[in-house]
Amino acid sequence: MAGQAPAVEARGLTKRYGDTLAVDRLDLSIRPGEIFGLLGPNGAGKTTTILMLLGLSEPSAGEARVLGMDPVRRPLEVKRRVGYVPDDVGFYGSLTGRENLRYTARLNRLPAREAEERIDHLLDEVGLAEAADRPVETYSRGMRQRLGIADALVKEPEVAILDEPTVGIDPEGVAEILELIRGLARDRGATVLLSSHLLHQVRSICDRVGIFIGGRLVAHGPVPELAERLAVGPVTIEVGVGDGAPVELHERLGSLPGVREVVRDAREPGRWRLVAEQDLRPAVAETLVRSGVPIRHLHRLEDELDEIYRRYFREAVGDGR
Amino acid sequence: MDADPRAVERSPRPAGWRIVASKELADHLLSVRLLVLLLLMGLAAVGIVYAATGRIREIAEDASGTPALFIRFFTAEGERLPSLLTIVGFLVPLLGIAFGFDAVSSERSQGTLARLVSQPIRRDDVVNGKFVAGLAVIAAVLLALALVVAGVGILRLGIVPSLEEVARLLAWFVLTLAYAGVWLGLATLLSVVLRRAATAALVGVAAWLVLTLFSNLLVGLVADVVAPLPREPTFEEALNHARWEQWLGRVSPQTLYEEATIVLLNPEVRTAGFLLPQQVDRAVPTPLPLDQSLLVVWPQAVTLVALVVAWFAAAYVAFMRQEVRA
Repeated sequence: MAGQAPAVEARGLTKRYGDTLAVDRLDLSIRPGEIFGLLGPNGAGKTTTILMLLGLSEPSAGEARVLGMDPVRRPLEVKRRVGYVPDDVGFYGSLTGRENLRYTARLNRLPAREAEERIDHLLDEVGLAEAADRPVETYSRGMRQRLGIADALVKEPEVAILDEPTVGIDPEGVAEILELIRGLARDRGATVLLSSHLLHQVRSICDRVGIFIGGRLVAHGPVPELAERLAVGPVTIEVGVGDGAPVELHERLGSLPGVREVVRDAREPGRWRLVAEQDLRPAVAETLVRSGVPIRHLHRLEDELDEIYRRYFREAVGDGR
Repeated sequence: MDADPRAVERSPRPAGWRIVASKELADHLLSVRLLVLLLLMGLAAVGIVYAATGRIREIAEDASGTPALFIRFFTAEGERLPSLLTIVGFLVPLLGIAFGFDAVSSERSQGTLARLVSQPIRRDDVVNGKFVAGLAVIAAVLLALALVVAGVGILRLGIVPSLEEVARLLAWFVLTLAYAGVWLGLATLLSVVLRRAATAALVGVAAWLVLTLFSNLLVGLVADVVAPLPREPTFEEALNHARWEQWLGRVSPQTLYEEATIVLLNPEVRTAGFLLPQQVDRAVPTPLPLDQSLLVVWPQAVTLVALVVAWFAAAYVAFMRQEVRA
């Protein structure tokens, strides 16, 4: 971490719209070549943050640095070196994919011949070589998203910012897009900042994630580290049992040492949830087996990033924010 | 890095607005709306030119000494048809609205705005480029129309326009472009402020109808209230009423444009307002030279240009203050 200037940095970055705080004193530092995932529910301020980093929205307080430059003072320079794929990226429907990229190349003042070569190469890379000369209005959402990535790469950016790159795309398409993003950092050495509210989709490619709730970065770090940090607190275990579980099961589970609470799901009677001091899965399994109850599933919820997220969300709200 | 806060960013060549304008222009030239408008204006021109040539022959026979006969061709009214200029004046706002009403809102609805402004261009390059492109297409349409009409005129009448007539037509062309700019500016503003292109188009067309078709009606009504005419008005009362009508009418850019057109293309007309009998008493009816005509229409022309600037500035400011997302 030390020695290398961060590619993207925010210090006390704040954006206020009237009375609402969209982004609240954000401190963030992304190293060059890193893939950073900005995770949070819709409306958490992710897009606002991105717009401030690009100089498209002026911070109410604090400051940002992108490649060492202040986007407020030098927006053109920042925009020349940062590729951006907006949320639900759009293109001119009557133009072809290639024509759309050509326009971007012209706006970046690339020499025509160089631009053509680069566009050819990029279209091939994102798997749109065959669709390149069809109007974009015939593209599927996944194709548009991939064209969006190609579009951001036309200028050969040092930093790529992708806002919700996987929304509304089928699982196979998501895998392709994630692979493209991974390639950005690996093959081109670009720094990637991506935002998402679907944590399980992007966790695999992020070197670090930041959890962003209600305009505040409530936690950040590598995914396993975050999970571990949370595991120190109470653990939630979910058990699925077959029908006809004996009534005394509730009591038996509740009496295990370290169990704080046992809740039976109101909608699904076969689903039980335990809150315990530590990971009690072996003990729970043993109890169930001894009671002769068939186990459908048994897992610890905290393992899932989604749960981390929910957890932080609760905490952030609990803080009386 | 950011040591010097006064450091002004130099924009790279070519300027961003040129790139935006050339793309927009290409879009306009291939658009269906251009085709429709060309067809509409072409049709109007053909009908009117045909009627006007017949009429002009009649005039020409007994008035071979008429000054600026060629221009008469543009101003002559057919038996059932209005003059070409009236039609152009009527349709020009439509051109302005057609090439501006969705300038910014279409970028928004297609989701291309965020991508566009994240390219290394200034934000105002977007509006500037679009406005320039719109004005360029309108200029092309008007020029094509004027040339076709002039060509037909030369062929059918066998009159070649004098240098001064060409100059007058050129002045009229610039004036018409300014008038189109007023509507283009208004339409651009609507496209910035209103999220839906359909709403903007509707508002634009409504403004066009109110300011062109119904303005005389409205002006008459208001003038009647401010300066009522008794059953048998005195000269003073009638004059007062007429003055009110004239000034109220000038609220509409249509009136300004019409007044200026009449003066520019009729050398005999020496004022955009009205003349009292004592003012023309013993006046020798001589045609005005072009520079004198220009002097007469100066206020109208300046006001039109000011209106273009005002509408465009409003659109510009509204766009610059808008959030990219929304």
